[in-house]
Amino acid sequence: MTTMTEPPISRGFRGRGRGDQSARVPPGQHLVTDFPVLSAGPTPEPDLSGWRFTLEDGDTPLGAWSWAEFNALPQTDVVVDIHCVTTWSKLDTEWRGVSFDTLLEAAGLSEPPGPFTLIHCDGGYTTNVPSEDLVDGKAMVATLYDGEALHPEHGGPARLLVPHLYFWKSAKWVRRIQFLDEEQPGFWEENGYHIYGDPWREQRYDGD
Amino acid sequence: MTATDAPAPARLRWMTATARDIIDETPRVRTLVLDVPEWPGHKAGQHVDVRLTADDGYQAQRSYSIASAPGAALALTVERLEDGEVSFYLAGDLRVGDRFELRGPIGGYFVWTAALEGPLFLVAGGSGVVPLMAMLRARADAAVRTPAVLLYSSRSEADIIYRAELERLAAEDAALKVVHTLTRAQPSGWNGFSRRVDRAMLEEVGFAPDTRPRIFVCGPTPMVEAAASSLRALGHAANLIKTERFGPSGR
Repeated sequence: MTTMTEPPISRGFRGRGRGDQSARVPPGQHLVTDFPVLSAGPTPEPDLSGWRFTLEDGDTPLGAWSWAEFNALPQTDVVVDIHCVTTWSKLDTEWRGVSFDTLLEAAGLSEPPGPFTLIHCDGGYTTNVPSEDLVDGKAMVATLYDGEALHPEHGGPARLLVPHLYFWKSAKWVRRIQFLDEEQPGFWEENGYHIYGDPWREQRYDGD
Repeated sequence: MTATDAPAPARLRWMTATARDIIDETPRVRTLVLDVPEWPGHKAGQHVDVRLTADDGYQAQRSYSIASAPGAALALTVERLEDGEVSFYLAGDLRVGDRFELRGPIGGYFVWTAALEGPLFLVAGGSGVVPLMAMLRARADAAVRTPAVLLYSSRSEADIIYRAELERLAAEDAALKVVHTLTRAQPSGWNGFSRRVDRAMLEEVGFAPDTRPRIFVCGPTPMVEAAASSLRALGHAANLIKTERFGPSGR
């Protein structure tokens, strides 16, 4: 058992980031104006001719799109704040892509066929997101950032964008969304990070 | 979370760290040796989150790589960034005896253990050497003698962190080679590399892809991007290349 104690004062620490403490910045975050890059391995080479995006229910295909087909789907623009678990936040980022709702509709679905998803990416990265966190305009597969083709180091040609969760959930180089009946942790979630990742509840790590 | 057979994860609690010793590594980089009575131990390559609290309750937190080997006193090596709210304190104002909070260890991926097979190729840029130094220290502690190379890019000679210790480690271990490159300024008589890490350098210094070296790359984003894609082009398997990147606002 531990008792709750006040955090120790760091003598001489004043803090210079107090301007960041707006209602739009979650606890423990600070604002940046650049766009840091965090990935676990090499950036995959984009190959648009071989690119396919697929939706699956378990192992059953629900829909598949080539790059041209994907870009012919109705496009959505959003301006959102993003929050990385490494404590940076960036306000008013501009994205264009295909909303998750549009993808479902294009696959002939009125709602997700399972309560959980596992997101699969080039390079083997995975992350898990509950289906309800992807619908109703909450998520998209983004292909443009700030009006330009998404750079490979930021996840181009396409990344998931789920801005209300920590940014590791917005998986880079996304290729496949798999619906599952049971929650299955992805890459960082198996490596000690929180299964859900709500920045406003500061769910950084397992047990937060 | 669904029920599983896995043990419930231990919550990462904030712990109080007290600065026991402060070592100036370079004009902008300091190592903080810490007393953390509750520290649960770590693996080489992991990091901690640090949280500072001002006397009016204001808090700021950032992540820092662990520099020490498992079993040694916990040490962080911090580069002072001009716009770095936390690093400016840790690598500037902090004195021996001062306290702050940290929690960890964090990260189970960018990790070296003695059980890893194959040659070890470490590629560092600037303070990206910190988690790689933890790996070299752990390797020395475990008396692992498989071939290892550290390729370490610094701006100038004065910016090389851990220089004396790296020389000592390499002198004591015939299987370890430490290679420096200086990108901005070289002293007279410099016989190391004098350019940014590139494909030719990685090929010359590193191991052949068919020996399946374990590769860890840590540094600023452009350096890591360039090194990782060059390593891929040289034929190294993507799943053997592990990267950590930091930008001006990262750790």
